[in-house]
This record gives sequence, structure tokens and C-alpha cells, in this order.
Amino acid sequence: MTDAGSRDMPDEQEKTGVVAWLDARLPVVSAFRREYVDYRTPRNLNGLWNFGAILTVVLLVMLATGIFLAINYTPTAAGAFASVEAIERQVPSGWLLRSIHVTGASMFLAALYIHLFRGLYYGSYKAPREMLWLTGLVLLAMVMFTAFAGYVLPWGQMSYWGADVAGKAVDAIPGVGPWLEHFLQGADAPGDVSLHRFFILHMVLAFAVLGVVGVHVAALHVTGSNNPLGIEPAGPRDTVPFHPYYTSKDALGLVLFALLFAAVVFFLPNVVFEAENFRPANPLHTPADIEPEWYFLPFYGILQSVPSKFGGLLASVGAILVLFLVPWLDRSPIRSARFRPFYRVCMGLLVVCFILLGFVGRHHAQGGWMIAGRVAVVYYFAHFLVLLPLSARTERGIVLPDGIADAGRRGA
Amino acid sequence: MRGGMRLRLGFLLGLLASLADISHAMAQAGPHDRPPHQVWSFEGPLGRFDLSAVQRGYAVYAQVCSACHGMKSMTYGDLAAMGLTMEQVSRIAATQQVPGGVDAQGDPVTRAATPADHFRDPFANPEAAAAANNGVAPPDQSRLALVYPGGPDRIYAVLTGYREPPAAYRPSHAGAVYNPYASGREIAMPPPLRDGQVVYTDGTPATTAQEARDVTTFLAWVAQPHLEARHRLGMQVVLYLLFLAVLVFLLKRRVWSDVH
Repeated sequence: MTDAGSRDMPDEQEKTGVVAWLDARLPVVSAFRREYVDYRTPRNLNGLWNFGAILTVVLLVMLATGIFLAINYTPTAAGAFASVEAIERQVPSGWLLRSIHVTGASMFLAALYIHLFRGLYYGSYKAPREMLWLTGLVLLAMVMFTAFAGYVLPWGQMSYWGADVAGKAVDAIPGVGPWLEHFLQGADAPGDVSLHRFFILHMVLAFAVLGVVGVHVAALHVTGSNNPLGIEPAGPRDTVPFHPYYTSKDALGLVLFALLFAAVVFFLPNVVFEAENFRPANPLHTPADIEPEWYFLPFYGILQSVPSKFGGLLASVGAILVLFLVPWLDRSPIRSARFRPFYRVCMGLLVVCFILLGFVGRHHAQGGWMIAGRVAVVYYFAHFLVLLPLSARTERGIVLPDGIADAGRRGA
Repeated sequence: MRGGMRLRLGFLLGLLASLADISHAMAQAGPHDRPPHQVWSFEGPLGRFDLSAVQRGYAVYAQVCSACHGMKSMTYGDLAAMGLTMEQVSRIAATQQVPGGVDAQGDPVTRAATPADHFRDPFANPEAAAAANNGVAPPDQSRLALVYPGGPDRIYAVLTGYREPPAAYRPSHAGAVYNPYASGREIAMPPPLRDGQVVYTDGTPATTAQEARDVTTFLAWVAQPHLEARHRLGMQVVLYLLFLAVLVFLLKRRVWSDVH
């Protein structure tokens, strides 16, 4: 603060020093100030808007712990399980970093589902935020592939048989299926080649996710955040600068999320570690109960509820693909479900169906679960393809608030 | 607004419920009696190991179990964490012979193990293990307490549960024995423990029940060697984060005080 006493000096005088020198050549400092300090943000964002920041931080934690794990990992069928055991037992703090990585995968997917739900509920996919929505969905798909590939790497029983089930699902695609399965696995069953490919796929996708997150955030900063009212800020009174308002709010969200994270890592690891995966992969012994990680269960439920194998695969992939069409399926000009009573009920049912499908997946769609699963699958697609396009017709005479600040004063 | 909040809560609770449900999802194969629950010091979120019991359990493992069961993932050096000095660990390792490469003539030789060596497998391969044990290879014990359905309670119940079979019992294969807690109430392992089978250096009477309890504790420790460090570090991390949460909450409230 050498120029503390010279506040009335012209701007050119202040632009000396290393920071100004750098900024004149590569404007990272002013860009950071513009996008993360002065950046105008709606003043009424609720706790669900914390999950973007949470996801970013968890992604960085995953990359950091993942690099460490990769250094100590052997991607061969003979050596993978032993190398993970060595990380757990002999490598100093290996158990801690691996536990953070495994817990992080579950926490990341959980946060991602909440983030996605938030976008659906408050209509964050509508114009002008379609690219934000689409890049987000690309991230969802990439993260799912990354998570699946990562789960195969420890080469325990669930890793092996999970890869086997996935391979057989790919095999069910007419025409290209067997070729594609062979291309991914390198053989007719999971083995050395598939493990090596999944390892590379896991690492490459993880860093690609980081890149697409950059695009996603860039798209966000073009349009600005949506908000729980779903109306554009009318003026400066409706927004606050990102810093210190949302830096402090995100910090609180992050610390609370970290508390939950720590509780799982340190006290409830059984929630994320499947005991069966502590048995080394054995191609000759099929486990009694092959089940994917919880975050794939709703899609596994769809896969198993549909009578035909290929139909099931189409439906579970379609469950993701249909999300890409949402900005054009929804004809309503109103964004937030808060002002859309019919859509709001539909969203509630959608969440119920999604969770129900998870349980259907856990119970392999047997007996009553089969019926529940089919009802839920029908509702899931009807929600997006029928109810969502029609909901606009139910919304007549709805008056939106003029501005966020005024709505806040009148409402809550 | 309030409806939205309820919806959010419901969604989060649903996620948590499905998480919790999955943790005890493992189906137990083959009918067996329900093992009675034992009190273990390592149970629960703050559990810790009684290291003297772990050490006695190692004596049982070394003198009894290790004749048939491997513990591949463990190194002799890992035993230091149960309260042994490096000299003690080196002495234990030195009693074991492991493959030592080849001599000048190209013939395989053995050497005394070092703390960096993994536990010696009792059999050369799974086929040899099965052939020597009535056709069933004894499972590796590195993670047995985690992967065996029923966990430590059931391991203890099996070890102490051998008894006269009911009149209707017929062994399904040669060498099979009746045990109500084993899968299908039958096990290929003959009763491994009896009173006084192990010599305890700390003077604890080596009853069958004591041996079973100690070796179960040892197996639980081997399956989760960092359990105690995990719980201790967890307490520190959670306390730190709670303190930080209060500070950040106050900061956030102060920052936002001019908005609402």
C-alpha cells in the first residue's frame, strides 16, 4: 500500500507493479475481478444454488486424490487388486486419500442430481440458458462414464461383475452391439485389456470433465444465474456483487457439505464401500447379488423394468437423452415451478418416481417391484414428453413479480 | 416457497434413505442360525481396538489359522501397528522363509522374510489349497471380517459353534462338519480351536472362547487396520469443521445484514 496517500492520482499512475504489468498483457486479474468479485448475482439465490460451487470443489478434490491413486495403481488384472490393497494398507495415508476419492464419487453424483433437480424445478434450462443446460447434461453423461470406469479399477468382485453386466448390456444393441462390447472390453469378458482401457478412459474423462466445466461456467457467466423466482433481475437493486455475498454463502454451503463428507469418510465408510468389492475379482464365481452403485440404481431400475433387454437399454439411455430436449419440450414462458402449480406437482412425482426406480433397481424389478418400476418408467417419460409440453396450457392469468427486490419485500 | 422447501427435504431424505438401505444389503447365502451379537470394542463410530487382544489374536492366527489360511495383503511390517517394535516385527518376519530368487546355478532359493515382505501363503496355488482341504480352498483372511456375511459376530459364532450334529445330518462331502452358523449349517473346516491350544505370553487363560474372541478381534483389525486412526482423525476434522461452520455462518450473516 505504497500509494495509500495518493488516492486522487490518475489511473495510469496506479497501473504499475507486477500485477498491473501482468494484467496489461494477460488480463487474468481484471477478468477474475469482473467474473468473481464484481459479477452481479441475483440477490435471492437459495441453498440449492450452493451446489455448483460444491461440485467444482469436489471435482478438484477428486482430481487431486485421483492423481495420487493413479501413481500407486497397477492397471493389470493380476496386479490391480493387490495395488489397491497396498494403497489401503502400506502407502502412508493411502487409506485416507482413497476413502476421500471413493466417498467423493458418491458425494459428487449426489450433488449433481440435486444440481440437476434445481435446474429442472426452477426452469434454469429456458432461454437464454439452453447452452448452460446442454453443457451440464454433457457433464452428467461424462461423469457417469467416469464413475463407472473408476468403479471397475479396484478389480474386486463387484468391479468385475459390474463391468460384465455393462458389457452384456452393450452386447444387446442390435448390429453393432457385439462389436462395440469387444471394442470396449478388448475381449469377450472383462480382463487385462478392459482394465487398461477403463483406467485410461477414467483419467482422460476426468480431465475432460474439468475442461467442460470451464465451458459450463463460461456459459453461466454469459447469461448470469437464474433464481428461485425465475425472473430476470430488473435493476441493480435485484442483484448483489458475487463477492462478498455469494463467496460467503458458498463458503457456508461448502463447510456444511464438508461436514457431511467427513462424517461418511471417517464414521460411515460402509455407506460408500461395498464389502463384496473387497473380494478379488473371480471370473468363475458370480456373486449372489450384482448391483451397481446407488447413483446408477434408478437407471438400472429402468433397464430391468422394461421387458426387452435392448428396450431396457434404450429406455435407460433415453432417460438421460430426453433431458437434452427439455428446453424445447417446455413451452411455458414461466421459469420457476413456484408459479406453475401443475408443473410443481409433476416435478414432485418425478422425484418420487426417480427414487422409486432406485429401489426397483435394488430389488432387480422382481414381483411387485416390476409393476412399480413399469409405472415409474411410464411416468418418467410421460412427464417430459406429455405433461411438460401440456403444462403451459394450465398456466393462465399468472402474474409474475416485477422485480426480485420487490418480490422479496412483499413475500417471505 | 414452503412447498418447495418440503420437496427439497423429501428429495434429500430419499437419497439418504436409499444410501442407508444399501449399506446392509448383502444377502447371506445358505441357511444358518442367526449368530448371537457380541460386544466388540471396535464397534460403532468411535470404536477402537484392544491391542492386547489383537496381539493375542495374532498368536492364534500364527499358531493355528496360518497353517491353512493366507493373508496376502498384509506385510510383516504392518504388524508393528498392533503395538510391536520394529525389532519384534523383524524377528517375526525372520522366522518365515519366502522365495528368494535363484542361486548361481539358476535354482530357486528361499530366504528369511523381512518386514517389507507379504505374509507367506500356506499353499502354492488355490488348487493345492483345495486339494489339501477336502476340496474347498480356505479363504484368504485379509478382509474376511468385512466380506464374511455376518462379520465378526458370525466368525466368533462359527469358531465356537461346533457341536454334535442332529441325527438327520449327513455330510454333503467328505470332511464336511456340522456347524449351525456356517452357510448351509455345514463347513469344510474341522474345529480349529480347543482349550490350551495356543500359548499366550501375557498369561491369559487360553480357553476356546478366549482364543476365538482374540482371533476374531485380530481378523477385524486386519480387515480395517486404520479404524482407530480414522475415528481419531474424524473427531478432529469434524470438530474443526463445526467450529469453522459457526465462524462462516456468522461471517455470512454479517455480510448479508445490509441486504435483507
